[in-house]
Amino acid sequence: MTDQVSPAESGTKRSEGPSFTPRRRRGFYQAGIPYLFLLPFMVLFLVFIVLPLVYALGISVFETRLVGGNAFVGLDNYVRALGDGNFWEGVRRMVVFGIFQVPIMLGMALLFALVLDSGTVWLRNLFRLGFYLPYAVPSVVAALIWGYLYGPSFGPITQLAELLNFPAPNLLSDRWMLASIANIVTWEFTGYNMIIMYAALQSLPAELDDAGAVDGAKGWQIALYIKIPMIRSAIFLTVIFSIIGTLQLFNEPNIMFAIAPQVISNDYTPNLYAYTLAFTNQEYNYSAAISFVLGAVVVVFSYAFMLLSNRAELRSR
Amino acid sequence: MKIGRSLGLGLTRRDFLKMSGAGLAGATLLGSAACGGSEGSGQVTLTFWSWVPDIEKEIMLFEKAHPGIKIKYVNAGQGLPQYTKLKTALKAGSGAPDVVQIEFQYIPTFQQIDALADISQQGASNVKSDFVGWTWGQVSEGSKVYAIPQDIGPMGLLYRKDLFDEYGLKVPETWDEFAQEANKLYDANPDVYMTDFPPNDGGWFTGLLWQAGSRPFKGSGDELTININDSAAMKVADYWQELIDTGAVDMAPDFNNEWYSALDRGKYALWISAAWGPVFLSGVAKQSKGKWRAAPLPQWNAGDQISANWGGSTSAVIDQTEYPEEATEFAVWLNHNSKSAKMLADESFLFPTLESLLDSSEFLSKTDPFYGGQEVNRVFAESAKQVDLGFEWSPFQDYVYTQMTEQLGQVSNGSITMTEALNNLQDQVVKYAKDQGFKVKE
Repeated sequence: MTDQVSPAESGTKRSEGPSFTPRRRRGFYQAGIPYLFLLPFMVLFLVFIVLPLVYALGISVFETRLVGGNAFVGLDNYVRALGDGNFWEGVRRMVVFGIFQVPIMLGMALLFALVLDSGTVWLRNLFRLGFYLPYAVPSVVAALIWGYLYGPSFGPITQLAELLNFPAPNLLSDRWMLASIANIVTWEFTGYNMIIMYAALQSLPAELDDAGAVDGAKGWQIALYIKIPMIRSAIFLTVIFSIIGTLQLFNEPNIMFAIAPQVISNDYTPNLYAYTLAFTNQEYNYSAAISFVLGAVVVVFSYAFMLLSNRAELRSR
Repeated sequence: MKIGRSLGLGLTRRDFLKMSGAGLAGATLLGSAACGGSEGSGQVTLTFWSWVPDIEKEIMLFEKAHPGIKIKYVNAGQGLPQYTKLKTALKAGSGAPDVVQIEFQYIPTFQQIDALADISQQGASNVKSDFVGWTWGQVSEGSKVYAIPQDIGPMGLLYRKDLFDEYGLKVPETWDEFAQEANKLYDANPDVYMTDFPPNDGGWFTGLLWQAGSRPFKGSGDELTININDSAAMKVADYWQELIDTGAVDMAPDFNNEWYSALDRGKYALWISAAWGPVFLSGVAKQSKGKWRAAPLPQWNAGDQISANWGGSTSAVIDQTEYPEEATEFAVWLNHNSKSAKMLADESFLFPTLESLLDSSEFLSKTDPFYGGQEVNRVFAESAKQVDLGFEWSPFQDYVYTQMTEQLGQVSNGSITMTEALNNLQDQVVKYAKDQGFKVKE
């Protein structure tokens, strides 16, 4: 590792290059240039992330009633949120959802990424595009497609089951709904996660394959013992994304509501609950508080995962 | 850098914070940036939100007749999505339209947050007598006027003549007959339901309650009487519970593909519909063309002629407008000018609110092969004149509908009965109203 100069490193060296502009002459003007390039991002970040957060934090400590107006209530909304069974039931549901869905989705993504990376697949680009395509379908459209496929009387799945004389499960019933949504989400995001892992795999030097082969490792052993550990950080990233995405689930259940309102209650997921509170119950303040509590839950789960994986990494060394 | 960027991507991917309070504020900022009115010299530009198809035609007509006023038309979504945007803009204090399409049932909701201008100040009451009486009652409170009626949905039946003939059913004139025929159909073929009771459609169920004489909400200002489970409502609840228990009536959500297929393929012998239903149905159940007919809504007492309304819209003027006079002129003209109103009826298929149009033989004698050449408008025009007076909406109707859907959803799961659903709904709405600061009487 010490002798080898990676392309990236050599790149930086070149840019610092032969010192025909001595450092001290760069002056204030040039030192400011990076910030100039950062400015567009910073402005948007400030306007669309920081300010709204501050605004939401502000309104979360008030209570606005339809009659009687606005009053400062301190942490009342947060206290209410912490004891709100509807909210925590939604969180619990999403945790159950994530425990099953995330490993399946990421497992498939990793498998596809390894297969594509192994170079043994014909029409690799076509497959890569194919896996990724569902992610390009707007989730609203996706939910409509699946809503049709799941249809309990005229949906193709039901019809096929009836044709074969199987009892067709009602995929939109209370019992199956979570699995049905998990299926949609998996279909949507496996390709997305696959691309992240695939990109990481592609950046691994080809010599590793050769070295492994020389040492007599089979393809699956190279994948399991060399490649997967080396793209650990990419996998880690997809897990964090998935934890966040799961706890923030909104679009899919929101669309399923149109076809299964008896199952998708307005507090089915925490985000759906926050949305209902704000836009149908007009409890903007409480909704803001709920959102912050949800944010805290996301932080807790993400952090717990980081701790766990760090510990596992230490142990494995 | 790489991680930073993909993190950003990942967050938007699942709509990170989009629906949380932060996103809400973001949307607010967006809304105010996007909809600033342009100020020409001497020219007034009004922003108009509506989801009526092809309404640009009527707007052009208006602009031609009013050279000083330009209309900036925005389709901000149908129903709830539009209301969400409207509430956000109202909360921001700018960016709301000048004139907006609002359904009847949401007028008190927006009135409650002082969103609507009292346009009687601009002379809107002058046209009162030209509109169907009860529609004016829906848009006004005493002498104050909050919107101009645009279209209505007086209720009626759309039934499958082929199925009625096949099973020897008689078109029911009373709800008793309706139940008898439903059971008869169930005995003949349990796979065909008399109709569907959609658990997700508060507007539909409210229409049935309205017809039976239920009056869930009364009041003005911050005083509110709530009687969601009054005796009329309980009568309706018991009635449908029985039909659902026997299996004669299905309980599936409406307005989705599965449901359209059900209507198209004859899973339901009839649809309890409204005046906008005939045109709508002919668009979503094309294969069943020619098999449908229209009939009046069944009555609770033989010989009565009482109907109710389901759906329909108004044009309201937003209180924040800089041009209340011009905005009122537009709202009135759009729905009251004979040319414009006729165009709305003929080309956008809105069921008219003007007495003169409802009585015109050209409108009444229209036929459609989808209904076997029946003069469908006649059925619903009759119904329009029989809509029961004095029905009031709550000042938080979206909350009521959401909770109604929750409760009826549990009925369709079989976990509670319809009367329990209404009792629960009563409790929840009373609690909500009290929390919101209303003085509640039960």
